Amino acid sequence: MESRPSCTVDHIQNLQHLQHLQHLRSLAPIQALWPIGFVALGRFGHSTFIAGRPPRPSTARRVLQIMTKKKDTAEQAEFRRYATAWLAENAPGPPPHRIPEISIEVVEEELKDYLVDWQSQCYDAGMVGADYPSEYGGGGHDGFQAVANQEMGRARTPYMINVVGLNMAAPTILQHGTEEQKRRYIKPILSAEEIWCQGFSEPNAGSDLASLTASAVRDGDTWTINGHKVWTSLAHFAKWMIMMCRTDTQVKHAGITYFLVPIADTPGVTVRPLIKITGQSGFNEVLFDDVVVDDAARLDEVGKGWDVAMTTLLHERGAAESAGGGGNHRLEERVHALIALAKRTPRGAGTAWDDAAIRDRIVQLVIRAEGIKQNGRRARVEALCDDPMRLPLQMKVLISELMQDLSALGVEIAGAHSTLYVGDPNAPDEAEWPLSFMNSFGMTIAAGTSEVQRNILGERILGLAKSK
Amino acid sequence: MSSANRQPKDFGFGEEETMLRDSARRLLSDAAGVETLRRTVAPDHTAAYESETQPAPWDEALWRKMVGLGWTAVAATEDAGGAAMKMVAVAALAEEAGRAALPSPLIATLLATRVLGKAAGAGAIAAAERIVAGTATSLAITDKRGSWEPGDTSVAARATDYGYELDGSAYFVQDARKAGQFIVSARVKGDVGGGGISDGAGGLGLFRVDATQPGLEIIPDQIVDLTRDQAHLELGGVEVAADCVIAAPGEGEQVLAAATADMLTIVAADMCGAAEWQLQTTVEYARVRTQFDRPLGFFQAVKHPLVNMMIDIDRARSLVYNAACACDSEPEQAERYARMAKAAASDAAAFCSSRSVQLHGGIGFTWECDVHLWFKRQLHNQVYLGDAAYQRAKLADLIDRD
Ligand SMILES: Cc1cc2nc3c(=O)[nH]c(=O)nc-3n(C[C@H](O)[C@H](O)[C@H](O)COP(=O)(O)OP(=O)(O)OC[C@H]3O[C@@H](n4cnc5c(N)ncnc54)[C@H](O)[C@@H]3O)c2cc1C
Repeated sequence: MESRPSCTVDHIQNLQHLQHLQHLRSLAPIQALWPIGFVALGRFGHSTFIAGRPPRPSTARRVLQIMTKKKDTAEQAEFRRYATAWLAENAPGPPPHRIPEISIEVVEEELKDYLVDWQSQCYDAGMVGADYPSEYGGGGHDGFQAVANQEMGRARTPYMINVVGLNMAAPTILQHGTEEQKRRYIKPILSAEEIWCQGFSEPNAGSDLASLTASAVRDGDTWTINGHKVWTSLAHFAKWMIMMCRTDTQVKHAGITYFLVPIADTPGVTVRPLIKITGQSGFNEVLFDDVVVDDAARLDEVGKGWDVAMTTLLHERGAAESAGGGGNHRLEERVHALIALAKRTPRGAGTAWDDAAIRDRIVQLVIRAEGIKQNGRRARVEALCDDPMRLPLQMKVLISELMQDLSALGVEIAGAHSTLYVGDPNAPDEAEWPLSFMNSFGMTIAAGTSEVQRNILGERILGLAKSK
Repeated sequence: MSSANRQPKDFGFGEEETMLRDSARRLLSDAAGVETLRRTVAPDHTAAYESETQPAPWDEALWRKMVGLGWTAVAATEDAGGAAMKMVAVAALAEEAGRAALPSPLIATLLATRVLGKAAGAGAIAAAERIVAGTATSLAITDKRGSWEPGDTSVAARATDYGYELDGSAYFVQDARKAGQFIVSARVKGDVGGGGISDGAGGLGLFRVDATQPGLEIIPDQIVDLTRDQAHLELGGVEVAADCVIAAPGEGEQVLAAATADMLTIVAADMCGAAEWQLQTTVEYARVRTQFDRPLGFFQAVKHPLVNMMIDIDRARSLVYNAACACDSEPEQAERYARMAKAAASDAAAFCSSRSVQLHGGIGFTWECDVHLWFKRQLHNQVYLGDAAYQRAKLADLIDRD
């Protein structure tokens, strides 16, 4: 029998394009295990643009080489020694507040300052931006960032606060920006001097992102922007927004243009916090009322915005690297915390851990967590992967759904005590379980919902007919 | 869950392993394709399930070819003339057998080979040498209750002047009618006569018994799976010479325990290969079958379960290679990882089987549609050596020891 679905030409071209973009992603420092580590490629499930891309075999081959590379080069080995030593010396002290699971949830000013400080130290030490060209503020190396990521993961140091900047804005600007834009924006992203946010989603454009309506109208050398962006993470700290606007209402995808918009202290921009399901603030809505920006704020050509955004969204996805590289310790910690909870929660004559039904369900999650880790490992072994994108594209769904099931089981095990919420002195683990259960829906919704991710997997990997 | 620091990043799956796997895939797709399989094991439904006469059809010429290619040497140690390849290679071979739903004593023989590899001594080496030379071999280590605990057996051994005499019965013996020799687990009973051993009394030993030996009766079971046969063995005064002792009484349980991870991994690998066949076959159907003017795969109620099949398979497969690699390079963690692999593979197999039938619709419910062959093989493997819940309970016990 055939071991793989026979691929259409489009299918193959898509994958090659994905591989190319995946390579670009390796420029980014490691991120927390979370949505924004993982992409909303989702929202491009039906893009006609993807299918039209020419194949780039040489890049695809290069990516495979990177993914399957086993040993450090001499330079990497030396850098690894340096990174390990530097991290041992410089790992930061305890944070002023509990660090949330993912960086886009950071809301306290003090915690932000602490994390900005950490990122900027890492930047100065060459642990961030290591593979970016030196003329844009990077280290100018090749293959150092992956080493830094692994070592940071191993040292369990805090994540980078400028996650949208690092994972999305910087690689997009590097690929599509003018020389001036690259010189202006990349360095302060790497050093966390300037925080970025992503203004893609709108009230009526989510999974079907290309239906967005925020408009940019040209007037000579300036553009006037009007519209409403929602669920904008980090906008409360951000100086800049990567933004998609409609510049042509006659065509859907080709009517979109990409902008780099200043949102802090800009006349006509209003940033309003949106309160999450948990009762805490987290993300925002951003309103644009006749906001005027220079034409220099445009990234790439008019009408090319969808194409540019593809670069951005592909970087949002956690590929094999996040799983293989050490970011995984959070999952393991969560699993251990769940076992610890079960072992100290009384049930009948013993504890919840002694209850065979509970044990079984916990062990199911233990196995899923190990599975994610081993998928990440196998994704790098070419001989054990029929299709190089098959494992990486599953990561977002796997991690977000595991985190959700884990916290749901924690709630169940905590039993009556799970009714106690943040602030109650008797809440187990400071109400971590109900809190992270609620927060986990952020992971299964953001960056391409689980449903949309499954559409993509079915269409791109299995070659099934497109839903739309 | 401790990180596999001592394991090679690439599972140790290199060129040699890839070559073995690719050549197995090639041979099996040429010589054991689905047409051949159907013709061999399921030509018609009456023959397949007729009590007593249920055949155990297999292609003996293909077996000899496999032996010639060294497949029975792959898992054997060097002192038995084996190739002593890594467990990741053995897993890859088992995966190909599963993909082809191969009716062959290969899997049973690989399991037996790994058990022999854990036993020191001339008896074990002699048995393994015969395997390398092409003798299909099967484990007779399960009692009537179907317990998968290595210490449980319903065969008794009695020490005699020349060795041992075995009495009792062994159940759930795989591919029994294809095997030339069995590895029987038996417990020494209190009364030790003759020049027998006294300090092994009550201990479990492993013994080689030839399929044609007097006193051995092979009674075929009527089983669901058409791609293998199974039997129970009745042993009445079966004589085992001293040089046919594989593990002396008192040592057998340890040997079986040491081989547990290997056995689970091999069976889990078979299931992963079979599940991938189920996925690809069902995907193909969802691409070509049209209803409501659309290919079935357009509908998300079809698309998403297919994706979930893939997710389950990939998890199990990654865990299988991790477990196999642990057998090679991190033996103290191997049991834990192998139980994860078998649990994940059993669950994946159950889900893939159910969806492969359901998503084919009416045709999937028929004898005519090939999915039933894999469905039945999976059903068998799901419980063989312990189902998913059993593995998880064992894993919880291991976690308790952390
Ligand atoms: C915590 C969080 C942070 C976020 N941060 C940002 C940010 O910084 N910047 C930004 O631009 N956006 C952000 N988002 C927005 C996020 O990308 C969208 O919420 C997401 O793409 C879904 O869009 P929607 O909310 O409009 O839901 P909808 O698209 O309306 O979906 C509603 C439901 O319908 C299902 N559905 C929709 N289409 C399909 C389909 N084709 N097939 C099957 N099911 C379908 C969905 O899966 C979902 O269950 C964030 C969201 C969250 C939750």
